[in-house]
Amino acid sequence: MTLLAAEGVTLAYGTTAVVHDVSLAVDEGGVGLIGESGSGKTTLARALLGLMRPRSGVVRYGAGDLAGLGRAGRAEFRRAVQPVFQDGSEALDPRMTAGASITEALTTHHRMSRAERRDRVAALLADVGLDPALAARRPHEMSGGQRQRVAIARALAVEPRLLVLDEPTSALDVTVQARILDLLERLAAEHGLGYLLITHNLGVVGRLCRTSSVLFAGRVVESGPTMELLTRPAHPYTRALRDAVPRLGGEPPRAAGRTEAAAAATGCPFRLRCPLAVDRCREETPQAREVEGRKVACHRAEEVLTTLASSAPRDPRDEGETPDAPRQ
Amino acid sequence: MTAPALPVFRRTPLRRLAGVDRLAVAGAVLLGIVVLAALLAPWIAPYPEDGGSATHPLEALLPPSGAHWFGTDQVGRDVLSRVLFGARTSLLIAVAVLAVSGVAGVILGVVAGYAGGWARDVIMRVTDIFLAFPALLLSLALAVVLQPSVTTVIVAIAVTWWPWYARLTASVASSVATRGFVDSARCLGVPAPLIVLRHVLPNSLTPVLVQLSLDGGGVILTAAALSYLGLGAHEPTSEWGLMVQQGQSLFTTDWWVVTFPGLAILVTAFSFNVLGEGLRARLSR
Repeated sequence: MTLLAAEGVTLAYGTTAVVHDVSLAVDEGGVGLIGESGSGKTTLARALLGLMRPRSGVVRYGAGDLAGLGRAGRAEFRRAVQPVFQDGSEALDPRMTAGASITEALTTHHRMSRAERRDRVAALLADVGLDPALAARRPHEMSGGQRQRVAIARALAVEPRLLVLDEPTSALDVTVQARILDLLERLAAEHGLGYLLITHNLGVVGRLCRTSSVLFAGRVVESGPTMELLTRPAHPYTRALRDAVPRLGGEPPRAAGRTEAAAAATGCPFRLRCPLAVDRCREETPQAREVEGRKVACHRAEEVLTTLASSAPRDPRDEGETPDAPRQ
Repeated sequence: MTAPALPVFRRTPLRRLAGVDRLAVAGAVLLGIVVLAALLAPWIAPYPEDGGSATHPLEALLPPSGAHWFGTDQVGRDVLSRVLFGARTSLLIAVAVLAVSGVAGVILGVVAGYAGGWARDVIMRVTDIFLAFPALLLSLALAVVLQPSVTTVIVAIAVTWWPWYARLTASVASSVATRGFVDSARCLGVPAPLIVLRHVLPNSLTPVLVQLSLDGGGVILTAAALSYLGLGAHEPTSEWGLMVQQGQSLFTTDWWVVTFPGLAILVTAFSFNVLGEGLRARLSR
């Protein structure tokens, strides 16, 4: 069942639209959202969390429109959908101890006795693999991994049904990243949580998400089963992203596209970076269409698939612990 | 992974003091002396009755001596005693002005900064209107309209002082409002007034506190200026600005009447500034 969905959502800051007509559904399994910096993925996450209103289109929670929810419906939405942001040191109030941050989550929707609160905080910290004694520490007295675990414990405190994970590991060391991903995978299974995982790391979605969407310049260029996208990308951008993942002992990665050229204003937004761009791409904006089990917005998707078939496909599962590219 | 049970680092008062900048300590000590002088004035002043309306015509304009360390003024009052009592007036004005304008400015600023939109526009435009007047002129105009008194000085200065705190708080609060912990509180469904009180306000206060301590000196100088111009405290209240005004014509012959209250203004304003600078250096690390 679809819990949370964007339907034709366009998002803008002032007059600048950063997300164009995006549709995306998050159900009880894991869904990935892949894109580079500036592709609009965090903006889309803010809309899905109800922190930002769409310029047009609808964010749907259950059967209703998020913008039209009443007070009770809104409270229910807040309990059901929780975020985990990129950086635990940002997501936690620097003046509050870990215990106080988690307690805030516990008491926002329910009254609790002091003893009950203490027990729940300890249980939540234990659940995310932390020593309950850490409840007395402030964010700057903890490591990045510990902060992110506290942020996860805080999100779990309201017993949500769905997590929006916005680059939950990209601020962390490589070894810590893998452990946080293990933790999220375990918690999602134990608590029956759905999640939307936003990342620029293909290895991460390959491991955690059944279906994924690839975002370029605020548009979904390809979406479908994650394994299909990673082994046989049908959009040149997906392919460029996949080829850009560095591998130990492999060939040096090719640049993702020719340059960091901006998105084109007319025609296909990717054409300025696309090695396969032809005249048609300049004249006609490609619409999403079904090609071999996924939706792709490219005029030459079939050719991308066939040219790729000749080169040996790589198994993305190898890349489970690939470090994220440095931010910015 | 379970984290090893490391000892929790606590900020003990001792550690905190050791870390505090020397400048801040110097400012605090100097200001502490002024505060003590103000509090203890009735007990440590050699001639407590001279803080008020007592006159001793036969002892007028005596130079500094063992009996009168700072000399005496035109009506024979002990200048040291009046300087000590003047500390009460000046600090009372400073504390009252900073409290009134600080509270008003912070409340308006934090609302403007967090709410944004039209609430911010309205509050900031009103703030701009107040800031458009030269501060001393506005204070002067108010002081002229109202009866000259210490209360008048407080009101006149506070009216021109709060917009600075509103503007500063608004800019800090609006950047705090975009931080992840505010978003995560919103995602929890914490009501907006609680978000402001719990998260935005405490995280916006530091620069305001620094500014408040830096401004203490400015308030005392402005209060002295108003009294000097005859628009503030009046006889027989001991007030440094008033004492300077009354003593200035005597400077060439009886220098002590104007010099000691002038020095008191200097030292107090300086100690506020040093404390503020020290706090700024400490807190911006």
